[in-house]
Amino acid sequence: MSGVPGRLVEFVEALREHGIPAGPSETVDAAAALEVLGLDSREQMREGLAAALVRRGGQRAVFDATFDIYFPLGVGAPSQDPVDDLAALRDRLATALAANDQPELTQLAGLAVDMLGEYGGTAGSGGWSAHQTLERLQPQTLVVRVLEAIRAGAPEADFTDRLDRDDVRRRVEGFRGLVRTEARRRVAEVRGRERVSRHAVPPAADRVDFLLASRAQLAELRRVVQPLSRKLATRLAARRRRHARGHIDLRRTLRRSLSTGGVPMRPSYRRHRPGRPEIVLLCDMSGSVAGFANFTMLLVQALRDQFSKVRVFAFIDACDEITHLVDTGAADPEDLGARILADAELTRWDGHSDYGHALGEFVERYSDAVGPRTSMLILGDARTNGGDPNLDAVRGIASAARHTYWLNPERTALWSTGDSEAHAYAEVVEMYECRNVHQLTRLVTRLLPA
Amino acid sequence: MAGTGYFTSVEDVTAKLADTGYLASAAVATTVFLADALGKPLLIEGPAGVGKTELAKAVAQASGSRLVRLQCYEGVDESRALYEWNHAKQLLRITAGKDETWDEARNDIFGEEFLLARPLLTAIKGDEPTVLLIDETDKADVEIEGLLLEVLGDFQITVPELGTITAGRKPFVVLTSNATRELSEALRRRCLFLHIDFPDAALEQRIVRLKVPGVDDALAASVVKVITALRAMELRKAPSVAETIDWARTLLALGADSLGEDVVRASLGVILKHQDDVVKADARLELGKVLDS
Repeated sequence: MSGVPGRLVEFVEALREHGIPAGPSETVDAAAALEVLGLDSREQMREGLAAALVRRGGQRAVFDATFDIYFPLGVGAPSQDPVDDLAALRDRLATALAANDQPELTQLAGLAVDMLGEYGGTAGSGGWSAHQTLERLQPQTLVVRVLEAIRAGAPEADFTDRLDRDDVRRRVEGFRGLVRTEARRRVAEVRGRERVSRHAVPPAADRVDFLLASRAQLAELRRVVQPLSRKLATRLAARRRRHARGHIDLRRTLRRSLSTGGVPMRPSYRRHRPGRPEIVLLCDMSGSVAGFANFTMLLVQALRDQFSKVRVFAFIDACDEITHLVDTGAADPEDLGARILADAELTRWDGHSDYGHALGEFVERYSDAVGPRTSMLILGDARTNGGDPNLDAVRGIASAARHTYWLNPERTALWSTGDSEAHAYAEVVEMYECRNVHQLTRLVTRLLPA
Repeated sequence: MAGTGYFTSVEDVTAKLADTGYLASAAVATTVFLADALGKPLLIEGPAGVGKTELAKAVAQASGSRLVRLQCYEGVDESRALYEWNHAKQLLRITAGKDETWDEARNDIFGEEFLLARPLLTAIKGDEPTVLLIDETDKADVEIEGLLLEVLGDFQITVPELGTITAGRKPFVVLTSNATRELSEALRRRCLFLHIDFPDAALEQRIVRLKVPGVDDALAASVVKVITALRAMELRKAPSVAETIDWARTLLALGADSLGEDVVRASLGVILKHQDDVVKADARLELGKVLDS
């Protein structure tokens, strides 16, 4: 295969690897789109292919990154107006950022990667690194200069001027994105498109591993909490409605029919108890697991209409209730983690997680939180730092609660490696791997009772 | 695959939509052109207030076609979406023709005369150019999606008593969704997908200038700047284009010709709909000042 159809098919295959389920019919649509649009304008091509291949919001970032690898803007090093040295490059960058001149910024990203990003020497082993380029170029240090350039143009001081700084920061962030794209393109020329698209394209937000997520990715995750909770709420409500469709209560119908001479005029339905469960979260807040716990807390909090009661507990090596913190935290999810660590007493000694003691304390102090209507979710990686796992405490919780589930943000393959007691706990309560939003969503809908 | 053929090129789409007062981004224009050229339904998702429904109206106006709208809601069913027999009229007809045989009566009362066309059938039946807008598809129940598959896939509707009615002329179909529910994969596959997001600053500025002509360039730029900053915060409900326009109108009514701190604080309620958000935005905008000066 070669030419446009071949490239298109390769592109679709790369998309599938990133969880965009484009089938043959989508590929045909995409080809039809290309036929209608022609290949003259790259941006039109991009939008056309996106319309045919992308099926939902949130997949677009992955699509764009892959598109840039398979349908690059150019080939090889940029040849137009080269710059002499780093200082000249920074000057031009500052001017371009001040004017927000997108074509020039793209051009500069190309030049910057070409000039600063190359590593390795011999053929095959070398490549281009976005990280190295940005390290040497330091675009973030230009913010003040760019601000001055913008202010020089506009004499009047206005209230909105204070927003300029953030605006410039966003432009710089955009430029960093351009550099990353450019570096991927150059590497793809050396290493092959397929390999680069597999490893270098960042995954979609709902496939990002909780334990590996960067700050920016965690922020992105927080942004999906509200839409996701709305979606889950509709799903749970629909299930509850279906569930409430009555069964006829035969005994009561017959009894009632006696007053109409044995003819069942008014059927009687079996009554349903309002099935709003209580939910209790018990979260490990130590180190890397905290991001996962935070996200789940926010999600459960956003879903609170669906439950009769939500209580949240956190622990590191001591256990404390944090329901009130999560509640008021709805307004400002960014520093929820910091607030929890500051306001709740989660540590006694050194801040290493101690499952044995924390679980024991939970049972001791908060056993009233767990009742026969409670769905209990324990979140944590089950890494006890070699301490006693205190299986009895978990057994106690599991027997008191209606359902108990353990959500573990680690890959199943890593369970019970090192100091993890995952399998020991898994024998007592049901444990599920929950590495990304995608899995969490599936688990929440499946586990929560209607 | 034959399309509806309302437009000749992407540029044509942009120009014609602009004439009706809808400023389309490159993504919107390209996708609308594709939907038109390929004759596929267009599924639009995006936050509330970015102009999803407006786009359908603009396309109808730009192409001079009539707009047929099906507003979806929970519990919308076949008789609301497709067609319904006019029972009252059928009864009248039966009582009116007392002497005829059963066969005659039966053949007559299941004729087109007694069929009440609902939006989907209306859109398929007519010979004039049509834009069919299925609004808030996610609000409808899953069963309705099954119904839509036949309509959107083959542009035909089967009425058991009459047979299959096929579209004489394909309508341009727009489905909108606020993503409160995942639409089924089968429905998605039949559509071209367009995610309309908040427009970039330059485009939004042009939109404000167009919709609120009294606002001058400097004020429009300031308005858009503040809105962009608000969207960058993690708010419960980020302000959308509709709010930007409302705000610009409010500022105009207040007689403000530049954005002062007091004016912003007084009118923050127009753009932010939650008290938490107002408090947060207030704090953030103040904070920026402290850092800058």
